[in-house]
Amino acid sequence: MEKNQAEKTINIKINNIAAKAKEGQSILEATKEIGVNIPTLCYLKGMNEIGACRICIVEVKGTKNLVASCVTPVEEGMEILTNSPRVKASRKTTLELLLSTHRKDCLSCVRSGECELQALCKQFGVEDENRYKGAMPKYRQDCSTLHLIRDNSKCILCRRCEAACKNQHVAVIGANNRGFDTQIGCAFEKDLNEVPCISCGQCIVNCPTGALRERDSCGAVMEAINNPQKVVVVHTAPSIRVSLGESFGLNIGANVKGKMVSALRRLGFDKVFDTDFGADMTIVEEANEFVNRIKNNGTLPMITSCCPGWVKFCEHYYPELLENLSTCKSPQQMLGAIIKTWYAEKHNLDAKNIVVVSVMPCTAKKFEIAREYQSAAGSPDTDYTLTTRELVRMIKSACIDFKNLADEDFDPLLGVSTGAGTIFGTTGGVMEAALRTASDILSGGPQRNIEYKEIRGTDAIKEATYKIGGENIKVAVVSGLSNAVKILDKVKAGECEYHFIEVMSCPGGCVNGGGQPIQPSGVRNFADLKATRAKGLYEEDKNLPLRKSHENPTIKVIYETFLGEPCSRQAHKILHTKYTKRSKF
Amino acid sequence: MKKKISSVKFKGTKEQEAKLLGVINKYKELPGAVMPILQEAQNIYGYLPIEVQTIIADRLDLPLREIFSIATFYSQFSLSPRGKYEVSVCLGTACYVKGSDKILEKVRSILHIDTEECTTDGKFSLTSCRCIGACGLAPVMTINDDVYSRLKPDAVEDILKKYM
Ligand code: SF4
Ligand code: SF4
Ligand code: FES
Repeated sequence: MEKNQAEKTINIKINNIAAKAKEGQSILEATKEIGVNIPTLCYLKGMNEIGACRICIVEVKGTKNLVASCVTPVEEGMEILTNSPRVKASRKTTLELLLSTHRKDCLSCVRSGECELQALCKQFGVEDENRYKGAMPKYRQDCSTLHLIRDNSKCILCRRCEAACKNQHVAVIGANNRGFDTQIGCAFEKDLNEVPCISCGQCIVNCPTGALRERDSCGAVMEAINNPQKVVVVHTAPSIRVSLGESFGLNIGANVKGKMVSALRRLGFDKVFDTDFGADMTIVEEANEFVNRIKNNGTLPMITSCCPGWVKFCEHYYPELLENLSTCKSPQQMLGAIIKTWYAEKHNLDAKNIVVVSVMPCTAKKFEIAREYQSAAGSPDTDYTLTTRELVRMIKSACIDFKNLADEDFDPLLGVSTGAGTIFGTTGGVMEAALRTASDILSGGPQRNIEYKEIRGTDAIKEATYKIGGENIKVAVVSGLSNAVKILDKVKAGECEYHFIEVMSCPGGCVNGGGQPIQPSGVRNFADLKATRAKGLYEEDKNLPLRKSHENPTIKVIYETFLGEPCSRQAHKILHTKYTKRSKF
Repeated sequence: MKKKISSVKFKGTKEQEAKLLGVINKYKELPGAVMPILQEAQNIYGYLPIEVQTIIADRLDLPLREIFSIATFYSQFSLSPRGKYEVSVCLGTACYVKGSDKILEKVRSILHIDTEECTTDGKFSLTSCRCIGACGLAPVMTINDDVYSRLKPDAVEDILKKYM
């Protein structure tokens, strides 16, 4: 019944052209379908539908006031004008008013060129950015955390960050006070490092302006590159290859692995490795840890630990589940640790002179590298971590002609990886990779089935049961922390029989991470970023000769010559970590 | 106006906390429970410091920031305690015309606090009000139930000293 209603079509007129729309659709969506866009600022589909900014207003015949098209459903016979002089004038005034309290330093703003406010001002012909003068609120920058900088002087109070943070079940930032005094902030105006923020960066990718940005490490990395005493090694997370191209005008989801590697060489990195190798390493350790837990009555369900946003979330909000977390370090940290121990030894390098840089889709990685128990060689496993956006800025500032670069390969040894490592970048990928290895161990030999399709796709919660080595293994995969909470509460209450759970904090996993290229709301609301980027990863996996982590040849050598067995004492020393209980307030 | 956050040390008692927990239990299951709970919490403690809001957030399983945003949105809630002596300066038209803004300025500089704030020892708090109906006596300042009228800025210091 409901479904029929949703599919009922009605007749409307948009800009004097007859059109059909689905009942229940917003004016915004119906208009998009006839090839006309309506600008939005505050609206994020399914997440922030508050009708606050009024940039999306349209004229509806018979209605006195302009209506917000993002939250107004179409009605039979509606006549809509999306482009009339009155609409355009109103949008322009709205923008001019927003500018009246905005710190307009576009030339040096990190978001310049990708700022939705800037784009709209151009689009709607704002000529005088100082048209309305008046009091400027007092602002304070929040630079307290390792991962982000919050600057309310660029904030337009769209509340997209508030919605994104709430969607992560964290809700530490949002609008406080009222009227002219309204500002985004934390409870009791604390700094972000004094509240249980999990550093996921979802607020940043959802902000339309330069009010939220990552803490930038480009300068420090360039300095290391220019220091002749240092060997600077870089490695890139699986999801970077399917997102980086967007910032250079390529299609969403295009795999630019080869160009990425050449660009990194042109930036001056001494070695270019693949975090996929670290992911393979993680899988070998994690799958063995899982098998040990199953065989020895260890704490189950085991929960993955490769997502630092999730780990921090668990520490703040579910400390009683810390025993369930795998003790494995993340791929970034495992690879860093291996570079500074095994690789350094093998190449006669002093770990102190190696600078390990990672490129991650993630801002929580900036928090992770400073954690305790993450320094196998006595110095941090990773020295600097850059988001995809920072890498884009470095490539652009080095004037590298990215689009026309020839493909190059990762450096040998730690640039070698399998398809299992590649799919780490998307929700379900870690579980699938782990199952590929665990099933070979539990069944005592290589298994033919390698694709676990039930746990693919961007559904928020995925569950499946697999018969492995005679046991029924029940797994769950969740991404986005408000979805994770649903499963975690069940685990806490002892109401579920899962053996293994994968949690990624960002909705859709790393492909949609908080450090990924900015896509404006006009794209986010209508394209499936997560699925499109993830598709590129599954395609790469399918075409690789090796698709199981434990078949990675370098990993075999490392166990034979350096670590011994998976989960051995030596492996624990270098590749595993510990967690800390943190406060919920 | 932007709500001021007090730095006065929290002095809540066990009895107050028991009362607050009672209130939370009473409203917990109702939709929109936060408003009446905040209202009664303010009656119990006189204001809504972080300690009180944290108890509420914890028991309702809501983020502290959401409680805070409600407490800062509605004007009836205060984040600053009332002092033993509440100093109030009238900024109604009559008083203002007679220079009550200078009286307020004087009180501010002597007590080192702004309006809606409380001295760290908890002794004085300061508010401004809009007309207390004593326009004939303008400018007017009250300290608890004592009324001081036709005030000159120079007289303020001696008056405050009486309460120190
Ligand atoms: S980084 Fe994540 S948890 Fe922290 S404020 Fe932003 S959205 Fe919330
Ligand atoms: S910080 Fe950004 S996302 Fe948050 S309200 Fe301001 S402009 Fe919107
Ligand atoms: S009111 Fe529709 S986009 Fe903001």
